[in-house]
Amino acid sequence: MKLRIAVVAVVALTACKLEARDDYLGDKDPKQFGIGHTATAQEIAAEDIDVTPDGKGLPSGSGTPEQGSGVYQQNCATCHGVSGEGKPPAYPQLIGGPKTFDFASDFKTPRTIGNYWPYATTLYDYIRRAMPLTAPGSLTPDQTYAVTAFLLYKEGLVPAGTSLDARRLVAVQMPMRSHFVDDDRRGSNGGKNVR
Amino acid sequence: MMKNASISRRTLIAGAAAAAGGALLGDLTEADAQQKAAPPVAPPASPVAPADPSKAPGAPTTAVGSRSPFVNPQRTPTGEITGTALTPLQDLSGTITPADLHFTRIHAGVPTIDPAKHTLLIHGMVDRPIELSLADLKRFPAVTRMHFVECSGNGRAAYRTPKPQMTPQQVDGMISNSEWTGIPLSTLFREVGVHKDADWFLAEGGDACLMARSVPVSKGNDDAMIAYAQNGEALRPEQGFPIRLLLPGYEGNMNVKYLRRIKLGSDPFYTRWETSKYTDPLPGGKARWFSFELDAKSIITSPAFPEKLSGPGWWPISGLAWSGRGRITRVDISVDGGKTWAEAELVSPLTPKTQVRFQYLWNWKGGDAMIMSRAVDDQGYVQPTLAQLKAVRGPGTDYHFNSIRAWRVASDGIVTFEAAT
Repeated sequence: MKLRIAVVAVVALTACKLEARDDYLGDKDPKQFGIGHTATAQEIAAEDIDVTPDGKGLPSGSGTPEQGSGVYQQNCATCHGVSGEGKPPAYPQLIGGPKTFDFASDFKTPRTIGNYWPYATTLYDYIRRAMPLTAPGSLTPDQTYAVTAFLLYKEGLVPAGTSLDARRLVAVQMPMRSHFVDDDRRGSNGGKNVR
Repeated sequence: MMKNASISRRTLIAGAAAAAGGALLGDLTEADAQQKAAPPVAPPASPVAPADPSKAPGAPTTAVGSRSPFVNPQRTPTGEITGTALTPLQDLSGTITPADLHFTRIHAGVPTIDPAKHTLLIHGMVDRPIELSLADLKRFPAVTRMHFVECSGNGRAAYRTPKPQMTPQQVDGMISNSEWTGIPLSTLFREVGVHKDADWFLAEGGDACLMARSVPVSKGNDDAMIAYAQNGEALRPEQGFPIRLLLPGYEGNMNVKYLRRIKLGSDPFYTRWETSKYTDPLPGGKARWFSFELDAKSIITSPAFPEKLSGPGWWPISGLAWSGRGRITRVDISVDGGKTWAEAELVSPLTPKTQVRFQYLWNWKGGDAMIMSRAVDDQGYVQPTLAQLKAVRGPGTDYHFNSIRAWRVASDGIVTFEAAT
C-alpha cells in the first residue's frame, strides 16, 4: 500500500509541475497588458470608504452621544436592543460585558465594543459599510459620528457632550488594544508543539 | 417534539438521514438515546422506477441536467441573511464539491449583481490605479487550480457543544473543494505597479456590508487569484458571482466574494472582520489576530452518524484531509480510539491546499470501536488531539478548530460522533 501511495504522489507532483502555468509572468511576457482603464479620481472617491486607525478616510462632520442616542434608537435598537444588549447570536451585544479579557475560558462571555474592539475608528468604518442592516450606507457622516459617540459614551470611553469628529475619534484609546497579539503558529509541530 | 419516549433512537437516525436537520437532533434526550433499537421505520416515499427500466424508453434530453430523483443531498440553510448553509460531506465522494452544494457563509445576504455593471478597482500605493470590467479581467492569462475554502469557524459546534447525533455536515460542513479559474493576483499587481513599501492590501466585496479584509501583499504575489469560474462554470452567486478573491489555505472569510475593490497600503486596515471577529481568544488574556492559515485537519465521512453498519466485515473508512499550509503527506487511521495508528491510502491527487480523499480498509470484528483520522502535511505538522488543542486555546476560543475527530461504532453498528476525545 505504501508503494502505491508513493507512486500516486510522484505522478501527482510531476503532473502538477508539467501542466500548471507558471504564476509569474516572465521576461517574454508584456510588462503591462494595458487592459482596463486608468481609474479616475472620481471613480476612486466613489468607493474609497475605508477608515484606518490613523484616521485616514474619516470625513468631516461630527456628532455627540446625545444626538447619537436618537440615531441609535431609530436605526439600531430593533436588533441591538435599547441599551446595546443585543439579541445574540444573530444580533450581537454591543455594550457591557466583563473587562477581564478571559474569553478563552467561556465562549458565552459577550465580546463587546468596550471589551473586545481594539480601535475606535473601526466603529466608524463598520457602521458606514454595513449598518443599519436593512439600509446600509443610509446614515450621514454626522449621524455616523453621533452613533459612534453614543456607543463609546455607553462604554464610558468618551464623556457626555463630546462632539466626536475625526480628530477626537482617532484619539480614543480602546482599553483592550494591548491584548491582541500576532499569529505565532508556524509549520511543524511534531505532533506536540500545538499552538 | 422528539421528547416522546416511544420514538426510538433508530427512528431518529432514519429521520436525521432524511432531514440532516440540527433542530431535529437538538431535542434528543438521554432516555431516547438509551432506548433499545426498534425496527427501522420506512424512509420517506421514494420516486417510483419501472420494474425493469430496460423494457421501456426513458426520458428525452434536457437543457440542464438534474440529479437522480433517488439522490437528494442538501445543505443546511438557516433562513437568515447573516447565516450559513453547510456542505453535506457524508453524501459526497472524491474531492470535488458540486457547486450547488458548496458551503455558504453570508454576512448581508446574497447580492444580485449584473456582471456587465460590476467593476474591480485597484488603487492605493500603486503606479497606475485601474478599473477593470469582468470582460477586461478575462483577457488576462488565466490559471486553473484545485483548492478548498474553509470557514475558520468550521467545527465550532463540535468543539463547544458536541452531541453524539452530529453528522459530518454538522461537525465540519463549512469546507468545500473546487476547481477555480481566474487570474493570478500577481499579474494584476504587476499591471498596476505595486509600490515596494506596500505590504498589505484591502480586499472589499460589493455585498450589502462591503465585507473587507486585510491581506499581506506577499500572499497576493504567492498563490492568490481573482476567480471567476468554479468547476467549469461561472461562480455561483453564493460563492461570489461575478468574481471573488481566492487565497488558498487562508481562512474562508478572507476569500472576499463579490470583489469590487483592492487597495494597496503599508499597514493592515483593521476592519471589523479582523478585530472584533475572526480573532482567536487564547488563555492568558490574549487574542490572536491575523491568524490566516488553516492548519492540517481531517474528518472521516464514512462510517459516521447517521450510518449504521449492517454487520461485521470489511468496511472502507473514507474521509477528507486538507492543510492550508501545503500538501497532505499522510493520513493515519485509528480504530481503537487513538491507541494504535495505521497509514491510510491517499486516493486523489496531492496538490497543495486541496482536499485529499483517504481510504482505509477496516475489518470490523463487531465490537465497540472508536475510529479516528489524523492528517500530516508537508510542513511536518500533525493534526493535534482535542485535549492538546483545548489546553493551548481554551474552551472558549473561537476559530481554527482543527483537532482530531472521532466516531464511536457500537457493537450494534450504530455510529455516533464522539465528543470527548
